[in-house]
Amino acid sequence: MPLDAAGVHARLTARFGDAVGAPAGTGRDAALTVVPERIAEVCTLLRDDPDLAFDCLSNLSGVDYPKAGHIQVVYHLFSYRHRHWIVLKVNANRDDPVVPTVSTVWSHANWEEREVFDLLGVRFTGHPDLRRLLMPEDWPGHPLRKDFVEPEEYHGIATSRESLLKA
Amino acid sequence: MGLAGFEVEIQRQQNGGGVVTEDMTLNMGPQHPSTHGVLRFVVRADGEVMKSAIPDIGYLHRSIEKIAEKVGWHGFLPYTDRVDYVAAMFCNHGWCMAAEKLAGLEVPKRAEYCRVIADELCRLHSHLLSVGTMAMDIGAFTPFTHAIREREYLNDLFEELCGARLTFHYMRIGGVGWDLPPGFDEKVTAFLDRFEPMVEEYNRLISYNKIFTERLANVAVISAAEAIDYHLVGPNLRGSGVRYDVRRDDPYSVYPELDFEIPVGRGEVGTLGDSFDRYIVRMDEMKQSCRIIRQALRQIPKGPVIAKVPRNFKPPAGDTYVRLESARGDMGWYVVSDGTAFPHRCKIRTGSFTGISIIEKVSRDLMIADLVAVIASLDLVAPEIDR
Amino acid sequence: MSLINTAPEMAITAKVDDLLNWTRKSSVWYMMFGLACCAIEMMQTGGPRADLERFGMAPRATPRVSDVIIVSGTLTLKMALRTKLLYDQMPEPKYAVSMGSCANCGGLFQLAYSVCDGVDKVIPVDVYVPGCPPRPEALTEGLVKLQEKIQNERWLVRKSEPVGTRV
Repeated sequence: MPLDAAGVHARLTARFGDAVGAPAGTGRDAALTVVPERIAEVCTLLRDDPDLAFDCLSNLSGVDYPKAGHIQVVYHLFSYRHRHWIVLKVNANRDDPVVPTVSTVWSHANWEEREVFDLLGVRFTGHPDLRRLLMPEDWPGHPLRKDFVEPEEYHGIATSRESLLKA
Repeated sequence: MGLAGFEVEIQRQQNGGGVVTEDMTLNMGPQHPSTHGVLRFVVRADGEVMKSAIPDIGYLHRSIEKIAEKVGWHGFLPYTDRVDYVAAMFCNHGWCMAAEKLAGLEVPKRAEYCRVIADELCRLHSHLLSVGTMAMDIGAFTPFTHAIREREYLNDLFEELCGARLTFHYMRIGGVGWDLPPGFDEKVTAFLDRFEPMVEEYNRLISYNKIFTERLANVAVISAAEAIDYHLVGPNLRGSGVRYDVRRDDPYSVYPELDFEIPVGRGEVGTLGDSFDRYIVRMDEMKQSCRIIRQALRQIPKGPVIAKVPRNFKPPAGDTYVRLESARGDMGWYVVSDGTAFPHRCKIRTGSFTGISIIEKVSRDLMIADLVAVIASLDLVAPEIDR
Repeated sequence: MSLINTAPEMAITAKVDDLLNWTRKSSVWYMMFGLACCAIEMMQTGGPRADLERFGMAPRATPRVSDVIIVSGTLTLKMALRTKLLYDQMPEPKYAVSMGSCANCGGLFQLAYSVCDGVDKVIPVDVYVPGCPPRPEALTEGLVKLQEKIQNERWLVRKSEPVGTRV
């Protein structure tokens, strides 16, 4: 039986109360905001409950909102059994973003969280192997942040090039 | 450079017969003819048998997602080609779908059919390269040249359609860039009439060849539960027996009006979910794509090919997640708009990214040569992994 | 015993040079250094229609046996260090062909934080082939230009600066 966002929200609030916010948005993009500390438990319930059965983490992305002062981690979950969707959003403080890992729930989250750590600097507690994925090991900073400044050079190679169109 | 993060202990083992062996730590890549793009694997092997193969990626990280925030909605389309250059039409389509969903745009029917025709031709393009390079990696060079030859005919068609052979930039937000040129449907039909028997020829040439099947059968068996847990998609998932295809189960564009089947792996020569199943799913999908293109060419209506979209495109603030069935599987586009002419965030979740994350798990107790076969059967391309 | 600069410049030395260079240019083995999209076009150029083998150009996997490195695709900073290593592993005389806009100058990825703007920042380049990606005909023309360059090298009589060697 496919559930919509309100149905999933009802089941989650029965167990977690205020930790899960009301759905915001329309249609399949309606998202539930979850407090960072409870996200792992919420995801475990979402996967294990037979009516919910979200066996697939379709997407895990991090979004930087400097004006709001947080980095948002967005989880898109899908259930192959019931064919329903839900979106979860977690807001982590921008100065020291810490979110519990969900890699114990879905193995797909392992590398996705490494990427969010690499590009945005969010630390996922309990992650088995949190290190940089795409950037080199000694890269300074987290590139996808809005206030990221490109370094002038990397290992002796300048990062900019003079325009060929100059007279 | 170096082995930071891959520190391993040297283990000495006592084999039966008193031979003391040591594990080797080998480096495979990033430049290697058998890797599909620049991938690096740190392989810990006891002789020929691997203990683990840890992927090291990021050698093609071109920061496409950050560039989206700099170039704007329309300007990002050429960059989407480079997200997966082997199947570039799908990436164009994904971005356009996300932007259109945010803005609530209606795409004309003819444009949707043009998109489907372009998509399915691109699926043929991509699968030919995939099976060709797979045969080459196993050691058979001739099927690769056959695949390249067929791709040249497809390149001619694409060049006539949109002017480019590889990075098409055919689709626009609201439709497609150009209408089908006059005489295009005859040329495509002639190509399909020539190509469909070629798939059978390919099967006779290589698919059921004894050496080929021995190399692929029972290698890297991935069960359906594992495939879902690691979120494998597309032929990787269908090779494990899960009959899920975004075109059928979560349809978009005009796929509800088209009739086609979804091939899944059958465990023909080995266990269900091995490398051969993933390969044969791609061969069967090529036949289904030919079927779709023929139907689309018959059913395509007349009309405009692009909706009226302002040059200064500013969709309302919000976020959306769209998916489409790319050649490598379900490709997800999560796009956040803040109401300005520049996207706030664009996240692309691709099939190759999930495919490479399972390599560490399935590569235990495989031989080094099998690693090459596994990479090829999962159809990994580096640009999708690194973006 | 080296023959270099032992004989005065005569008609015969020029002809010997031509013969040597003709044999060398007819068997230029390229290292498959396919990084990105241009790699696919390089494969198509080696394919049946725009055949490179008719020029004697065979693809090689390892730098140790190749004459020319065709850098096809975007060079990231992480890869640039390895590119230098691979170029150093090639034996003399060696050439480098930069294929595509990304390898020439960074191409459309000059806006990126992780891309090295042009391969000539790490290795010396002989021929630049523009295009995004260059057509097989364009790459073939670029390699024919490389053949012309090889043909015009002088080995037996050298002026002040050796033409054939690379620093």
